[in-house]
Amino acid sequence: MDEKFDAIVVGAGPSGNAAAYTLAKAGLKVLQIERGEYPGSKNVQGAILYSKALEEIIPDFRDDAPLERHVIEQQMWVLDDESYVGSTYRSAEFNKEPYNRYTIVRAQFDKWFSKRVQDAGALLVCETTVTNLIMDGQRVIGVQTDREGGSVYADVVILADGVNSLLAKKAGFHAELEPKDVALAVKEIHFMPEETIQSRFNIAEGEGVVIEMAGKITQGMMGTGFLYTNKDSLTIGVGCMLSDFKQQKITPYLLLEQMKAHPAIKPLIEGGEMKEYTAHLIPEGGYKAMPKLYGDGWMIVGDSGMFVNAVHREGSNLAMTTGRYAAETIIDLKEKKLPMSARNLALYQGRLEDSFVMKDLKKYKNMPEIFHKNNQFFTTYPELVNRAAHTMLTVDGVDKKTKEREIRKSFKQRRSLFGLMGDAFKMWRAFE
Amino acid sequence: MHIVVCIKQVPDSAQIRVHPVTNTIMRQGVPAIVNPYDLFSLEEALRLKDEYGARVTVLCMGPPQAEAALRKAISFGADDAILVTDRAFAGSDTLATSFALASAIKKIQEDMPVDIVFAGKQTIDGDTAQVGPGIAKRMDLQLLTYVSKIVELDLDKREITLHRRAEGGVQVLKTQLPCLITMLEGTNEMRFATMSNMFRAARYPLKQWDKDAAGIEDVTKIGLKGSPTIVSKVFAPQPKLVRAEIIDCESREPKDLAVTLLAKMFTKHPNLAEEIGKASA
Repeated sequence: MDEKFDAIVVGAGPSGNAAAYTLAKAGLKVLQIERGEYPGSKNVQGAILYSKALEEIIPDFRDDAPLERHVIEQQMWVLDDESYVGSTYRSAEFNKEPYNRYTIVRAQFDKWFSKRVQDAGALLVCETTVTNLIMDGQRVIGVQTDREGGSVYADVVILADGVNSLLAKKAGFHAELEPKDVALAVKEIHFMPEETIQSRFNIAEGEGVVIEMAGKITQGMMGTGFLYTNKDSLTIGVGCMLSDFKQQKITPYLLLEQMKAHPAIKPLIEGGEMKEYTAHLIPEGGYKAMPKLYGDGWMIVGDSGMFVNAVHREGSNLAMTTGRYAAETIIDLKEKKLPMSARNLALYQGRLEDSFVMKDLKKYKNMPEIFHKNNQFFTTYPELVNRAAHTMLTVDGVDKKTKEREIRKSFKQRRSLFGLMGDAFKMWRAFE
Repeated sequence: MHIVVCIKQVPDSAQIRVHPVTNTIMRQGVPAIVNPYDLFSLEEALRLKDEYGARVTVLCMGPPQAEAALRKAISFGADDAILVTDRAFAGSDTLATSFALASAIKKIQEDMPVDIVFAGKQTIDGDTAQVGPGIAKRMDLQLLTYVSKIVELDLDKREITLHRRAEGGVQVLKTQLPCLITMLEGTNEMRFATMSNMFRAARYPLKQWDKDAAGIEDVTKIGLKGSPTIVSKVFAPQPKLVRAEIIDCESREPKDLAVTLLAKMFTKHPNLAEEIGKASA
């Protein structure tokens, strides 16, 4: 094909859409190529939408985006086999517009986002796989697709092709993903009437609850579970590091089945009709596992660049923000009539470093390692905390002081005093 | 040559569910696809275009979102696409639909005479196989259903020779153009769109016709009014809960396998021998 574009965006997830939208809006000639049947057909996410990142791109998104419920309550559960100890934060502040967080269903959300991208003027081609980057020496000058006449050229190519970026791997921008750097998450969507959800979770129409879970549900593996309320469905899932799944030989769907059978979770999903089961990889290697993010004629955004903050469960917001930064970098260079060389595209890295994106990822750079080496955070502690709560709450004629002593003893039995202090220090170091 | 291909956008029936209480079809979140049977007809039309040269116009009646089905057809190589869409069509059964489509094709004829109309053998949502024949009847076209192969097209003599699957065999038929053809499933395989056609599909300025543009004046023949079909009951078939049984047999020899199977049948149905005797007597 003779047609040449200002930019080609590979992928139509949050990062690709953010990039393509920003570029098209600025009047650039953009081609977006998506492997799936339609945008969203291959995407999997919980999903929580953090407004800020999208607002920066589409300020009026609330007018027509398919949003399920705005989140007014966040729960954090630490689970043992039969019980959980939890904390809840619920605030009327969260009920004031503009809302900050929403639950969304990605299949619908991505379709909406893509519509906006196309309306902005980007050309979207679906069901097309980019098989190779076309190189001129070290410079990327276009992409090759699996279709007849499928070579297309552009000044710059944005790789937004997701966690397992085959393209970046093939081009050598990116090493093979390591099992310790990716989590495997499985989730289901259970449908039930709106009213049931509202009464079960003590919320009004449009209001939503988020429950994050850790502890025994991951059976000693590094990971977390989650439950989100959508309009007329619940999303429930669990994700653990791929390396742990490999080692423990637990199948993800069994893990989810067992989680759903937990006495605290079962009644919440009771009576729902399961309509969707999906699995996806999440890049959780953090800052230390990040690939090079740009080069001559190319940039990486979103999951393919490991832009996920596993601690705070943030990913799609980083995806949108990185997509936007990449696009803004291109727009700046275009305005100044500068070439898309590695040296010029380094501005992208600069934008990332100056923003929360890199600051947050750097802050938690030791986190994956610490959790990998210390699975007591996922086994021993949840059990001890639950037992402590049980001891304190059981009225059985034993005085409270003795109970406290027993609890302290139980902690020390399972973890030496040295171990306990060490763990506290590790947590502090991970979050500092 | 001018070929019109009628297609329909349908919910992917593999993913559709019937509500257990209300017995209504739950379409929520079910992706819409081009009726798979239509693709065999579209591909056959495109093959005729490749071989003999033709303009292929795709026609679809449906809600505005059916645009996606038409763009898909363009990406495969169709030249033009027309979406006939109007609130007045809501609730159309096969009688009303074939009326509307026939009217639209007559309108298309004004631009360029139509030699062959293709339609899907049936849809996967209605399964009636009535719309194609309905169009043929209304337009007085030769009707050729269950076509398994187009052998030859003689444009000078305006004759087409083809194979038609019939009970107990294959009919070899020759007929005059214009005609209406519905292709049998599995007779060809849809091509993989080229990149330039993907671009063309994404950019194609789709034509949307309302009932007036489609040349329909008599509104009693379209929509609910024009549809004598009455749906008396919708129900989901009960899934059969009969489990297959695995029969152990140490030998892999066909003879031993047969003997084991027969032994199992006779022990499971003690009256079998008697019944076989009765039947053969």
